[in-house]
Amino acid sequence: MSWTTILVMAAGAYAFKVLGLFGLSRIELSGPLADLVRLLPAAMFAGLVLQQTLTGGAAAVIASRSLGVIAGAVAVWWKAPLLVVILVSAGVTALIRLRWGV
Amino acid sequence: MAVESAPDLPHAPERALRDGLVLAFAVGIVGIVFGVLARSSGLSVAKTCAMSLLVFTGASQLAAVAVIASGGSGPAALGSALLLAARNALYGPVVAPWFARNGAAARAGVAQIIIDESTGMGAAQTTPDQRRTGFLAAGLGTYVAWNLGTLVGAAAGDLIGDLQRWGLDAAFPAVYVAMLAPHLATRPGRASALIAGTVAVVTVPVLPIGVPILVSTVGAAVGAVLAHRERLPVERSAT
Repeated sequence: MSWTTILVMAAGAYAFKVLGLFGLSRIELSGPLADLVRLLPAAMFAGLVLQQTLTGGAAAVIASRSLGVIAGAVAVWWKAPLLVVILVSAGVTALIRLRWGV
Repeated sequence: MAVESAPDLPHAPERALRDGLVLAFAVGIVGIVFGVLARSSGLSVAKTCAMSLLVFTGASQLAAVAVIASGGSGPAALGSALLLAARNALYGPVVAPWFARNGAAARAGVAQIIIDESTGMGAAQTTPDQRRTGFLAAGLGTYVAWNLGTLVGAAAGDLIGDLQRWGLDAAFPAVYVAMLAPHLATRPGRASALIAGTVAVVTVPVLPIGVPILVSTVGAAVGAVLAHRERLPVERSAT
């Protein structure tokens, strides 16, 4: 990522914050566009989870990674703290790779 | 000691303080995750830290480096980041009344710390003064924690070396699952995620890396239609 990309990202992110604080009124918070913007994280994080899990590496790497992510998702389901989610997902994947020499 | 002014300050309950510390700690952990992932995606320590200082919206930063880390282009990363950053615009009207009496310069500073956590913490308080305090405490606390975490992660990224050996390539998607979870509380949220996930799986093999994330936003569009329909009966019964 170039410095230009980072600076444009920073300017864009700040512009949204300023637009909200100075420009939008409360009425505009209930429109269909606001619904769309509110739902973007649900869609994009679901997409990111699957893309990150299923791409990069040989079949065995992807399989061991997938099992770690599933273990992490179970930890999230049980409302485990984030640190536990990280340790469980990485631990499961690392152990599978150690055991089966992936 | 100028303790005379202390009684005027809203007495932050111990619980709010504890919530704030737990929040800052969690944000710091995600900051470390961001730092490690950013370094592994090829960003320098300076660029990694500059992103956290200047962009300061976690979801956008994580999405951007995730796209780069898996081999996506700069524009695809930028597009994902800005789409996720749009959410902060919706928080402005919520925050604005708390700082209505402040000058434009002060509010320009306030704008930078408008994120999920600060807006949520402010809105959870009861009096206007407590809302300001809650917002500022959470906003500044997460700003410090996020940037410290980023620095630690960026520095540690070099020591960790091969991420796959430690299974860390599984930890990043797991962190995204944790960030996704609160959005699954509503039906439109679940529909958005389900459709987006399906679209991502189908398009990942055929589209350039990073682009499936942009395409998966159609899930949010379907979710928005669903949210609109869910509200209709309520509006009808109201008239």
